[in-house]
Amino acid sequence: MLELADVSVDLEGERIVSDATLAVPDGSVTAVLGPSGCGKSTLLRAVAGIEPLAAGALRWDGADLAGVPTHKRGFALVFQDGQLFDHLTVGRNVGYALRLRRAPGTDRRVAELLDLVGLPDHADRMPATLSGGERQRVALARSLAVEPRLLLLDEPLSALDAGLRERLAGDLQRILREAGTTALLVTHDHEEAFAVADRIAVMRRGRIVQDGDLGEVWRAPADAQTALFLGYATVLDGARAVRLLAEAGLPAADVVALRRSALTLDPDGPLRARVREARATPDQVRLRVHVDGVGDLDAVASLDAHAGAGDEVGLHVDHTRLAVVGRP
Amino acid sequence: MKRRPVPAAWTVVLLAATLSACSLTATEEEPSAATGGDAGGRVVLVTHESFSLPKKLVKEFEAESGIDLEVRAAGDAGTLTTKLAVTADNPTGDVAFGVDNTFASRALDEGVFATTDLEVPAGAGDYTVPGDDGARMVPVDTGNVCVNVDTTWFEERDLDPPATLEDLADPAYRDLFVTPSALSSSPGLAFLLATVAEYGDDWPSYWDRLLGNGTRVVDGWSDAYFTDFTGGGGDGDRPVVLSYDSSPAFTVPKGGGASTTAALLDTCFRQVEYAGVLEGADNPEGGAAVVEWLLSEDVQAALPDSMYVFPVREGVALPPDWEKYAEQPDDPFTLDPADIAAHRDDWLEQWRDLTTR
Amino acid sequence: MTAPVRRLLALAALAAVPVAVLGLFFVVPVSGMVARGFWPDGEFAPDQVWEVLTRDRTLRVLAFTLWSAAAGTVGSVGLGLPAAYVLHRTALPLRRGVRSALLVPFVLPTVVVGVAFRQLLGAGGPLGFLGLDGSATAIVLGLVFFNVAVVIRVVGGAWEQLDDRPGHAAATLGASPVQVFRTVTWPQLRPAVVSAATVVFLFCATAFGIVLTLGGSRYATVETEIYLLTVQVFDLPGAAALSVLQLVVVLALLLVAGRTRSTPVVRRPATPHRLRRSDVVPVAVTLLLLAAIAAPVLALLVGSLRVDGAWGLENYTALSTTGQRDALQVSVTAALLNSLRTAVDATWMALLTGLLVAVVVTRRSRSRAERRTRRLLDGLFMLPLGVSAVTLGFGFLITLDRPPFDLRDSPLLVPIAQALVALPLVVRTLVPVLAGIDDRQRQAAASLGAGALRTLATVDLPVLWRPVLAASGFAFAVSLGEFGATSFLAREDFPTMPLVIFRLLGHPGELNYGMALAASVVLAATTAVVVLAVERLRVTSVGAF
Repeated sequence: MLELADVSVDLEGERIVSDATLAVPDGSVTAVLGPSGCGKSTLLRAVAGIEPLAAGALRWDGADLAGVPTHKRGFALVFQDGQLFDHLTVGRNVGYALRLRRAPGTDRRVAELLDLVGLPDHADRMPATLSGGERQRVALARSLAVEPRLLLLDEPLSALDAGLRERLAGDLQRILREAGTTALLVTHDHEEAFAVADRIAVMRRGRIVQDGDLGEVWRAPADAQTALFLGYATVLDGARAVRLLAEAGLPAADVVALRRSALTLDPDGPLRARVREARATPDQVRLRVHVDGVGDLDAVASLDAHAGAGDEVGLHVDHTRLAVVGRP
Repeated sequence: MKRRPVPAAWTVVLLAATLSACSLTATEEEPSAATGGDAGGRVVLVTHESFSLPKKLVKEFEAESGIDLEVRAAGDAGTLTTKLAVTADNPTGDVAFGVDNTFASRALDEGVFATTDLEVPAGAGDYTVPGDDGARMVPVDTGNVCVNVDTTWFEERDLDPPATLEDLADPAYRDLFVTPSALSSSPGLAFLLATVAEYGDDWPSYWDRLLGNGTRVVDGWSDAYFTDFTGGGGDGDRPVVLSYDSSPAFTVPKGGGASTTAALLDTCFRQVEYAGVLEGADNPEGGAAVVEWLLSEDVQAALPDSMYVFPVREGVALPPDWEKYAEQPDDPFTLDPADIAAHRDDWLEQWRDLTTR
Repeated sequence: MTAPVRRLLALAALAAVPVAVLGLFFVVPVSGMVARGFWPDGEFAPDQVWEVLTRDRTLRVLAFTLWSAAAGTVGSVGLGLPAAYVLHRTALPLRRGVRSALLVPFVLPTVVVGVAFRQLLGAGGPLGFLGLDGSATAIVLGLVFFNVAVVIRVVGGAWEQLDDRPGHAAATLGASPVQVFRTVTWPQLRPAVVSAATVVFLFCATAFGIVLTLGGSRYATVETEIYLLTVQVFDLPGAAALSVLQLVVVLALLLVAGRTRSTPVVRRPATPHRLRRSDVVPVAVTLLLLAAIAAPVLALLVGSLRVDGAWGLENYTALSTTGQRDALQVSVTAALLNSLRTAVDATWMALLTGLLVAVVVTRRSRSRAERRTRRLLDGLFMLPLGVSAVTLGFGFLITLDRPPFDLRDSPLLVPIAQALVALPLVVRTLVPVLAGIDDRQRQAAASLGAGALRTLATVDLPVLWRPVLAASGFAFAVSLGEFGATSFLAREDFPTMPLVIFRLLGHPGELNYGMALAASVVLAATTAVVVLAVERLRVTSVGAF
């Protein structure tokens, strides 16, 4: 198990990571989620041993990692853009670490790994001839080849286009489960985090503001900003929150976060609202509605619903798509 | 972003404008080439880098003769001779000074110098090149390359300094002698020629003994004298050095008294430097006038202080320090320039094989 | 006219000026001098030339030349690599200053270094106990002293630009620092190292003063042998034979080196990292190198401050005079001014020619023949580094002697010769920058309606002006320190600093000797200031060969 205890990291005299405390249990995939520039990549590089700690401690199974150089930590890092060795073939990239150790059966193992990442027959290609998605798969295979104690992934999918990202995220999750690898992933994309990880830590301005099981964090964001970052569309507080919850017949709370799909059009719904705007998408109709005493909110309707601007409608509140913020 | 090149370009333009004032192209045009005919006009004197005469003398000469004297000095005597030899068919000047007796034959063989009817001054007859006898190459100055000793060093140790070439190979004087290379230094070559003159065909075996006795060979005269010699002002460790007969005049302590070094007069080889009008010169009359001027009493008297050599002209007064401390050998070693020319490469090659590894 | 033909013509037009310069001031003089050897008395006599090549001595000389140049290159690279790493990749305190300091010897005149080295290594010097004075080791040390700066500058410049992430990736895969260097860094660095090694080898193989001074003239190289045969023995066929031999060796070397030069490398300048425990060895090497380079320079400084066995500034105050018993024609300060003026000319000449060469060499080629031509041009301008100054110098005299090129007496001959020496460095500074500009930017500019000149102004110039300034500093410094060609061509009334120093050393009198040391210090300081100024304008790609 990897433990971070009050870890701080400085870059060029500036504090980038402050007092980060986090545990990555064996076999888990933990995602550090945060906006760009929040220090999550630096945190990852510190775990890898590339950046020195300014304060705090890193421990693996209780043993302090201070003074253990990068190459002796057994943590393999997959970079955002793969960082393949351009002067080596795909096969030699994947087998790189095995050859360093002069392990027997390198070729067979390389073939297995390329199979695992879905790139059989690519061993003799040069990295320059690969697409972005292929490069990331090769980078992943290369890192898995060393059977790392911990796999570190730095925004492994963010350089890819949306469709590919979704597909690769599924693959990544499958591969990590199959290999039983403990992994620490950093990303700014909550969908990527949800698709791959089972634990999550939210990071903002160098600090970890919340961490825990995916569902736990998901259901109870620590604060409004965290909620927004986790993909909640709107955060209501004070009287507006009370009114909405009351209208929906739910227990009162100070702050509540709503996903876009938390409100659905339902003529029998408890919440009355006026439609300001309606826009059709391939899956549903997206509405912008006004609720008295609450303000403008997002809502959705099925494609066959006929709601136009100015209509009075009823709304159903889906309590699984709404989270009470700040409740421990 | 877009604008950045503009100030940069202006900086460059301004800088270029400022710097162009420094450029050599801004040097004003030379007075146009030789007018020829009479002795006036421009005369180009080609010489080696050690050439030096008081500016006052040059100005006086130019004023009196109407000649505009341009001195082109570069390289040592060997480079000068080679330069004259390769440009014999289209010389770079009108008159040359500085070819010495070790290179004289090459200059004569390559037809560098034109015949003139200049008179060799009194006392200089001894110094002419045999066979030429002053027809093309006129002796201007002479000096002797001699082994020098640091007398103080020997006094302090109560030792007798060496006196002859033979002494230098004596184990009593082991590891004391330093000489510049015959390959890259003209006094070094002169010393080799001295040993040839003394030992004839047996000179290689003498050098064998000399080197076996710990003689150090260095690149140039200044290296030997200032870096290795104990009496040259540096932190040297060798009290015996190859230098000139005039050198002791430069090691007289500030307060006066005797010089701290002495030249061994039985080890000297005579060097003579010549001047001559170049074959194919634009202004041969002007060239001849310059040679005459070099032989004049004023220039001859200035030679010791300016170029550390003795005048060839009889009856020219020497500076007081020279009268006192620079003793000339009566009977230095000499070799016929023709002999030197015929055997130079053999000797140098043998010497090279003896000294290089 | 078809498009390819038009392109080739345009290429030829651009290349015309630099090629003409190289032809007139290099090819013609050298072949003129070599021809003298092949046609000794107007008759073609190659047997004399051949005879020289079959001598045992020639083989020995060639062997020693190759050995000493190889040893000097290995030493320079061996010491230069760790120093390049420390000075360009780590956050060593004062690294900027150290970087400039290490560059000073590269531009110090040979005479000065010779004096300084012998003061140190000579029997009476502080390192005299090593017994290195006059040994082959001393020659190699001297060569390393001069050339290590080239390695640091060239390799450091490339190293600085290497993306460090592949190295980190390798480390997280379990590669130790040594393994990271061997498997990741080295393959990317190799072209720069090979380029640097090539240039250093050329400098070493044609070293003249260092071999004579530090080797006590007991060692002969092809360069000293050419001098000897030409000047001392007047064996022009022999000298011609060796010159041709030299050219062949240099060409072979350039051909081999040219193959490794053009590997493209992803450039992403990394910020220097803090010193780590694993940096102990390279840091130690760097400090040692610094000490080794500082030692002769300090010896010089101390010597220049000693007057009559006491401390004093008299040697410096005397610099405004012509020395004891008028050893000089002009004062040292006047010579410094000459040096600066000459350097201005040499700089603009080298720069103008170098720019044209760089532009011609880096334009995208459309055909194999065109690419070959450009590569050939690229190599051609390295040649002046590899040819004997003696051959070139005498060649000047016998070939540039008739109108319209009667340049033998021109005051511009000295800067022209110096510009030829600086040209390869200028070209190698500008080429990587120009080659690094994405051709699509030029195409984009052209598609927006910019003509060729306008494209140059909007795309190339903004990137280029700093390297151009840096290259100027380089050329300026090289010109300040140049001795070989200058001593041959300079006029008595217009000597440069190195000549004046040499002359002072050749004249008796303690003050003259002290002045020579003081003048050396002044020249070294002037050079250092120029190099430091270049450092301030530093472009990351300077010297990326």
